[in-house]
Amino acid sequence: MNNSTILQVENLKTVFSSRGQEVQAVRGVSFEVNKGEIVGLVGESGSGKSVTMKAILGILPENAKTSADVLRFQDKDLLSLNEEEYRKMRGKEMTMIFQDPMTALNPLKKIGAHLEEVIMRHSSCSKTEAKTKAIEMLRRVGIPMPETRMNQYPHEFSGGMRQRVLIAMALACEPELLIADEPTTALDVTIQAQILDLLKELEEQYNTSIVLITHDMGVVANVCTKIAIMYGGLIMECGTTDEIFYEPKHPYTKALLRAIPSLDLKEGERLKSIEGLPPSLINPPKGCPFAERCEFAQPKCFEQMPEYQNFSQTHRAMCFLCEQEGEETR
Amino acid sequence: MLKYIGKRILQAIPLLFVITVICFTLINLAPYDAVDSIITPDMTQEEIEYRKEEYGLNDPVVVQYGKWLLNLLQGDMGYSLVSHTSIKYDLIIRIPATISLVLPSYITAFLLAIVLGLVAGSHKNRWQDKLIDGFCSIGIATPTFWFAMILMYLLGYKWKLLPLMGMHTIGMEDSFADFIQHFIMPYIVLTIGFLPDLTRYVRGSTIGQLKEDYVLVQQAFGAKKAEILFKHVSKNVLLPLITKLGMALPMLVTGAVITETIFSWPGIGPYFVKAIQSLDYPIVMNILVLSGTLVILGNLLSDILYCLTDPRIKSMK
Amino acid sequence: MKKKNRRLENVLYELRHNKQAIFAATYLLVIILISIFIVFVNVDPDAIDVTNKLQGPSAAHWFGTDEMGRDYLARVLYGGRVSLLVGVLAMLTSIFLGVSIGMTAGYFGGLVDNILMRLVDIFSSIPWIIMVTVVGLLFKKGLFSIVIVIGLFSWMEIARLVRSEVLSSKEREYVQYAKFIGVNPFSIMIKHVLPAVFPTIITAATAIIASAIMTESSLSFLGLGVQQPMSSWGSLLQSSQQYLQKAPYMAILPGILIILTVYSFNKLGDVLRVFVEPKITAGEKSE
Repeated sequence: MNNSTILQVENLKTVFSSRGQEVQAVRGVSFEVNKGEIVGLVGESGSGKSVTMKAILGILPENAKTSADVLRFQDKDLLSLNEEEYRKMRGKEMTMIFQDPMTALNPLKKIGAHLEEVIMRHSSCSKTEAKTKAIEMLRRVGIPMPETRMNQYPHEFSGGMRQRVLIAMALACEPELLIADEPTTALDVTIQAQILDLLKELEEQYNTSIVLITHDMGVVANVCTKIAIMYGGLIMECGTTDEIFYEPKHPYTKALLRAIPSLDLKEGERLKSIEGLPPSLINPPKGCPFAERCEFAQPKCFEQMPEYQNFSQTHRAMCFLCEQEGEETR
Repeated sequence: MLKYIGKRILQAIPLLFVITVICFTLINLAPYDAVDSIITPDMTQEEIEYRKEEYGLNDPVVVQYGKWLLNLLQGDMGYSLVSHTSIKYDLIIRIPATISLVLPSYITAFLLAIVLGLVAGSHKNRWQDKLIDGFCSIGIATPTFWFAMILMYLLGYKWKLLPLMGMHTIGMEDSFADFIQHFIMPYIVLTIGFLPDLTRYVRGSTIGQLKEDYVLVQQAFGAKKAEILFKHVSKNVLLPLITKLGMALPMLVTGAVITETIFSWPGIGPYFVKAIQSLDYPIVMNILVLSGTLVILGNLLSDILYCLTDPRIKSMK
Repeated sequence: MKKKNRRLENVLYELRHNKQAIFAATYLLVIILISIFIVFVNVDPDAIDVTNKLQGPSAAHWFGTDEMGRDYLARVLYGGRVSLLVGVLAMLTSIFLGVSIGMTAGYFGGLVDNILMRLVDIFSSIPWIIMVTVVGLLFKKGLFSIVIVIGLFSWMEIARLVRSEVLSSKEREYVQYAKFIGVNPFSIMIKHVLPAVFPTIITAATAIIASAIMTESSLSFLGLGVQQPMSSWGSLLQSSQQYLQKAPYMAILPGILIILTVYSFNKLGDVLRVFVEPKITAGEKSE
């Protein structure tokens, strides 16, 4: 862990239990987030990407159990925090915005009240100061006429505007780390780009680190500095954006890249979809989780979990196919 | 919004009309002859015919209905078949008695239910919830009159703490302390009767609200459990409860029939039950019209309350 | 098919791991078996023994005797037969009404649907005690009129459920196809809609039995229920009221049995609801 690392995760596991059955949603995930970095966490739904980040933030429901070898945020060991210390950290140092901005705000509270509440919770300031700051934040995220908007209810805002409000709430306390869980999925395409631009702008302005959870490779390409690809509760491959896009190693990453629509697609050529369904995490396969759907799968892939192969300081993948390549670099 | 309220009021009027038609039809279906209420056995056939003509019983049904409705609108509810007293006068004495019992009980149950429901809902599956929900399950399964009997036996017969019957001891009609003594048992029975349903309702909607996205967002922003519960969830739980208040309006008249009967509380309950047992149709029908009217007014009231309190509807105009 | 098995597994899991559910199921089994087989046991609930009236519990009469010296336990168990019978018959009546009205409303739609749904609104909003007693006046007093009256006032929920299921199935391809090839779509819908709503109906049925038993006991308590010499738990409680001071034990047993029975039916309904809505846990109402 070097000086600029603000989040270090090693071997994070999360298990949900319900009616005597266990779902292993996250099965040993390791990654790092550096200061001022935007990290993309990419995967299909059910791959465990949201659960991983919610576990780090400590907001999973009660039937979830999380464990890890290392879970450090700045100078804190998150594993040893008690509930109250954890709560105080949330919102102030690390916070999260969600996919559906339509339901993320309390329908019976005014926008202003939402913002003032967060501001007053984490800094000792008066109600008037909080109000001034709230208006300032709304202006900062590009909401016109913030003074009038303060007195309106969430239903009077469009989806994109609500997501802006949430971003304003998240940034009001100038957190070190912002987790954005599919922040653009529920929005129109034009609004999506605006919100992504806003996130990027704010990252530059405040030097906030961002973890962007998404299923859209197109989104991460434009915004992220680093990418981790998740599948079946595990990180299949991670590296810098260039490494993932120009030198993908894992068959799953390659398949994802082939599924991105692009303009230079030749006439008559079709987008490649990935056949099959992700594995059940109630009884996860003991081998590589992607083996079932992998076109290069060998008998070994079903029997044994592959080790990570390092290709550079930042680039690694877990697949038997890249064993030799990985050793070469080492 | 005023336009909406006005529209709702206009819609309620035909419904009220339908209620009166249904009630009148029921009277006419019932196995009883209206003549019986105006004649005495020693009348001659001519006298009977004369009275029938006088009361309009030979008119077509529609005309009879019109006259009946007109009388009702003027506040004339007719007379009891059995005691020949004015029903309007009887009701005027009895309704306040019922209200004095139902209103405090319902308010108590309502407030208690909010507290218990929020506690249970926010501690789902922990001991607080198991205790409160267990109480509700048993409460819902307990017949009101059985609970009343047990209470009467213990507090009345065995320990002789409280009077068993009525609203006042004869001769002490002006003593408030005496009233309270009579009031306690039916009040407890009725409160406990209202409580489980309301608590379950609050608990259910608390659990539902805690699953909403905005709760997760508040957690992510570092809100305390208590803050989420009292600043965010409670608002969303209480709003639909306000509409429940409106719908409880008919209870003011018919909410305590069984309890009043057991404790001989001089309200609508015993009056109604006695009328049913002695087939005193005019009384039964008037109470039916009254409670039907209150149902419609109650729905109207809850709509209006909802309109006034929910910003989402308020801004729609 | 696999999905269905998972649902069944959930119900069985709740039944095995929820102590209250285990208790409810066992209790209901016992009380139903007693009610069926009590006629083969040599006790007579109507054997009058005036010399032994209003005796407290003893070896000969475990729960004492009533005002005419009849064995109270026997009377309560025979009363349970009546209470349970009323519950089950009223449930069947209301399912019959609910399914037919829901089907009609959903199938014909338009004006018919509007009128029937208004009817549902009216029936569900008027205080039951008023409606039940008033309609009760139009029938002769007795077991079957009680069944009909209670059935008449508990079908609304089922009608709503069936109607919405019919409405959605109307849009489905197999029903559209049936119309196209000239098969009577109504018979197709009965074939397909009924199995689809069956679990929901079963769940609603347990709640209806519970509330029918409650309603019956209240009606009997007000003297508007089953008439002598037949007796139910409610009418036993009514007659015990006069002897409350002398023989309080007469009020205890029928009351406790009503509570346990109603509680158990409701609990069973909660567990079965897990089958209908797998996402909830037992005891949680869906909104």
